[in-house]
Amino acid sequence: MTNIIMAGVGGQGVLLACRVLMEAAFYSNYDVKESEIHGMAQRGGSVEAHVRFGSDVASPLIPNAAADFIVSFELCEAVRKLDYLGKHGVLFVNNEKVIPSSVQAGLAEYPEALDTWLDNNVPNVHLLDTLQARKDIGSKRCLNILMLGALSNRLDIPEENWLSAIRELVKPKYVDTNIDAFNYGRSCTA
Amino acid sequence: MNKRIMMGNEAVARGTYEAGCHVAAGYPGTPSTEILEALSRNAPDVKSQWSPNEKVALEVAFGSALAGARALATMKHVGVNVAADPLFTFSYTGVNGGLVIISADDPGQWSSQNEQDNRNYARHAKVPMLEPSSPDEARRFVKQAFQLSEDYDRPVLVKVPTRIAHSRAIVAEEEVCTRELKRFQRDPQKYVMIPIHGRQRHIVIEEKQTELANVSDHTALNRVEWGDTKQGIVTDSVAYQYVKEVAPEASVLKLGMVWPLPRETIQDFAAGVDGLIVVEELDPFIENEIRAMGIPVAHGKDVIPNCGELTPDIVAQALNKPRAENHIPACPETLPPRPPRLCKGCPHAPIFTALKELDLNVIGDIGCYTLAALAPYNAMHTQACMGASVGMHFGMEKASPQMAENSVAVIGDSTFVHSGITPLIDIVYNQGTGTVIILDNRTTAMTGHQEHPATGVTLSGEATHALDIPKICEATGVQRVFTVDPFEEEDLKGLIQTEVETREPSIIVVNRPCLLK
Repeated sequence: MTNIIMAGVGGQGVLLACRVLMEAAFYSNYDVKESEIHGMAQRGGSVEAHVRFGSDVASPLIPNAAADFIVSFELCEAVRKLDYLGKHGVLFVNNEKVIPSSVQAGLAEYPEALDTWLDNNVPNVHLLDTLQARKDIGSKRCLNILMLGALSNRLDIPEENWLSAIRELVKPKYVDTNIDAFNYGRSCTA
Repeated sequence: MNKRIMMGNEAVARGTYEAGCHVAAGYPGTPSTEILEALSRNAPDVKSQWSPNEKVALEVAFGSALAGARALATMKHVGVNVAADPLFTFSYTGVNGGLVIISADDPGQWSSQNEQDNRNYARHAKVPMLEPSSPDEARRFVKQAFQLSEDYDRPVLVKVPTRIAHSRAIVAEEEVCTRELKRFQRDPQKYVMIPIHGRQRHIVIEEKQTELANVSDHTALNRVEWGDTKQGIVTDSVAYQYVKEVAPEASVLKLGMVWPLPRETIQDFAAGVDGLIVVEELDPFIENEIRAMGIPVAHGKDVIPNCGELTPDIVAQALNKPRAENHIPACPETLPPRPPRLCKGCPHAPIFTALKELDLNVIGDIGCYTLAALAPYNAMHTQACMGASVGMHFGMEKASPQMAENSVAVIGDSTFVHSGITPLIDIVYNQGTGTVIILDNRTTAMTGHQEHPATGVTLSGEATHALDIPKICEATGVQRVFTVDPFEEEDLKGLIQTEVETREPSIIVVNRPCLLK
């Protein structure tokens, strides 16, 4: 069984990434389940989804300290999810801050140097600087597939199944850009 | 058999389609909304529609069933409250065709004002309830629900919680059936619920409950999975999956039909194990029923919380199973909260800025604009249920007349159509003077931009008559009806201030489409 927590902020494409991941696992003949939260979370709130695949998946939710991977599209959201990370789990995190409304309103502060703290305290962490890559690829909106690319090296899913899943679920005119993003993400953790 | 990954709600839609359903109606509400959207997209033969509210949706579905169709009504758990009036009496009349009602419950209140447990409705309205534990079961159970409904002439409830409705999994696709309509036969003693008929029907439905209890004892919807007999776990819905996750070796009675409950099956199961533990979300529904049967229950709500959703960890703790330890040190930094917020450029924003500056009591309602209760606006002071703002605002004025001058009701367009019109009639009828602000962004935004009667577009995207909100307000008898654009109106504050001070009822329709639409 492989357990993956996907985390981010509403609007970052977390749920599409989950669907691509599930589809790629499904093409690879795994049983697969996912659970996500809609509604209020759409409006810029924290987004958390659980994806599990293996020979037979029961619960759609991943137990505490049982995630093999956490993929976070945002720094502070990564820290929020660390209780899920298993002993040998790996964290992939986009080294970027999305400032919450609570900080904009002056009611809270966004801590400095969360990236350094993660680097020092999480045994297996990949901090990815994706902003320049996304500019080079020519789309800011491909972060989700880029992060999947980074994760993909660690999963037992053949590359062609990833590409088929992207072609199946991403809008046709964005497929090429997203495949570039996937390949870039893959190169980061190769 | 073809298999695909589907969301639970898409699987409910697929089961509905496979069952040969003719008509489906509902009102959007998380986590139920995607059912009708998927039906409209994938099953064009099913006549699917958004209704103005859940009561109307259920009445439309019931009418279709009486006309001999298989009909579906979809709603979130609190939507069943709105539809409860017809539900309880359709239980008496029976349905002729097939009538299935989806109750999409929200344990954990991810997107709801409460976390009521709608299994109680099945017992209260005396209608059968099925509870799938996964998306594929949801597809199959909906088909079985239609069959039960036709075979026993009962409406049938199917409950899906957030963790099934908004869960994705592999779902099989089976053949789509087509079904002839049954004939509608006039039968006033069955369909006209005057007291003399209703008393007779009550006897009939109690007999049906006995018959259905027997069905519950023999259906494969309820099954025992024997394992270690030291403890027997009775469970339902998604809780079953958590039990299988943390105690795969245990003996489990999995209940797929939770009303009526299978008494003999439970008795036999209890006799085969050393003690029963009931693992269920929210209320001790199954637990109390088992105790009422005179069957001892070793553990239930003494170890399983009755608030919030269950998780594998909560179930593991209750069953004394080992749990993995956290091994990463706690981050010493305080993380900033990230609540949802109104989008940048939201047309609701100028109104709440104005209301905040005017320091009025804001009697709010349900929609995106409820987020104005949070920072940075902090400009909503009550919110309860769909449509409540208008009547509550009037009630405050009745109790304390000056509250008409220091308060406003704020309600969205879809919510106003849902249940804001009748309380407006009350204000006029009983000589209120309050001001109601209708935030008309031409969509049901919070649930993901569904159409409604005032958008002029149907669920399937067809153009239709658009309800004219200012005109309907005028028709109630309100003389002072203003329509403003929140980005063009230079003196929003002045307008609101004048209207709250005016000693007659006023409506301010704030008209600007949602920028995400």
